[in-house]
Amino acid sequence: MEIRSSNWAVKSAWLLAKDLKCEFRTRYALNAILMFALTTLTVVSFSMGAFSLSPRITSSLFWLVIFFSSMSGLAQVFVKEEESRTVSILKLVATPGTVFLGKLLFNLALLLLLEIIIVPLFIILMNLSILNLWLFLSVLFWGSLGLVCATTIIATIISKARAKGALFAVLSFPILLPLLITAIDGTRLSLEGKAFSAGWSDLRLLISYVVVMFVASVLLFDFVWSE
Amino acid sequence: MISLEVRNLGKWFGKRKVFDEINFSLEEKSSLVVTGRNGSGKTTLLKILCGLIRPTKGEVKISFNGKTLTTDESKNLFGLVMPDLELYKELTALENLVFLSRIRGLDPGKDELKEKIARVGLARREDDLVFSFSSGMKQRLKYAFALLLDPKILLLDEPTTNLDEEGISLVNQMVSLQKQRGILILATNKKTDLKYGNQIIQLGG
Repeated sequence: MEIRSSNWAVKSAWLLAKDLKCEFRTRYALNAILMFALTTLTVVSFSMGAFSLSPRITSSLFWLVIFFSSMSGLAQVFVKEEESRTVSILKLVATPGTVFLGKLLFNLALLLLLEIIIVPLFIILMNLSILNLWLFLSVLFWGSLGLVCATTIIATIISKARAKGALFAVLSFPILLPLLITAIDGTRLSLEGKAFSAGWSDLRLLISYVVVMFVASVLLFDFVWSE
Repeated sequence: MISLEVRNLGKWFGKRKVFDEINFSLEEKSSLVVTGRNGSGKTTLLKILCGLIRPTKGEVKISFNGKTLTTDESKNLFGLVMPDLELYKELTALENLVFLSRIRGLDPGKDELKEKIARVGLARREDDLVFSFSSGMKQRLKYAFALLLDPKILLLDEPTTNLDEEGISLVNQMVSLQKQRGILILATNKKTDLKYGNQIIQLGG
């Protein structure tokens, strides 16, 4: 059987397809993410539903639900490979770039699936009116992308550690703080009905965060993955 | 023409020395048996050879048709069977081989892969989840994976683990075939396996 010079993007797509197939058969991360999201959302809506909350508090709660839900599942992407001892075979057959992109796409798919369920529920349960939908969606997209870029590289680092949960929280906090603050601010502006131009500085910051985090992750991944 | 040269290879995990000053070279149609007590570094040595982990010192030089290859380039020359290497139990045997072929840049037909699975004695089990396989069947499937590429260098760690008589005879056939077409490196504790090697290295004193 001869090796064909297949595109790395195609190989990443094969890794994504494999991960999605495994995930939908076991629901290893999906159940954790969805249950955490639904529980948090229910608690928030029951305790706050009677009050009229300011856009600042609402947008903070919105991102807290997304952040904590994603934390419970996105870190599993490499932990699962380590725990099921399939990491060696993956290292043998795939280049680090292929693995990083495949896992990043898988985490993105997982987060988008979560948001498809959680965002409409949050809007209904919190009786939310989004006055600038395009700004809201743009902040959500770039914020999610930033969250995925950061958690994928952090997940690689913690997968080799013993105290995975604690290390994930410790590493995530300083790395994700600027992203969350910016995303919360951008969401607040969209809830207040501010013009797209008013949220542009937040969007620019989110896009820069994604670019920096993606480039840093690509550069670091080979070292972290191979050690 | 394939060749493998190991010079002054050493590995430490923190302060613990696993092995040091390992030297050997192998040409096509040659074989090496690595032996030693538990924890002497047999598996670690095999992992270093195929680029799964980095050595602390020394180097592994792999040349193919006169060209020295990088670690990433040489990975596709290896077939590997070891207890540490697990296949995806959420996938079927066939899905595992399809995925592992495609991500390596191979484009085999399903019939070709089914034939590889049948060759290791798993005919008509290709659509079963690996989860439902016994440890011996999983070991056989690892051989199907190792032989996907007709590897130039075949690394076997405890090759007969979990195998029945029929499985062991299958391994014997593969070992004989590999010794005719490439390089075979085998790590074992069993004295009966020493016969497989032209050279023997004893780790751990």
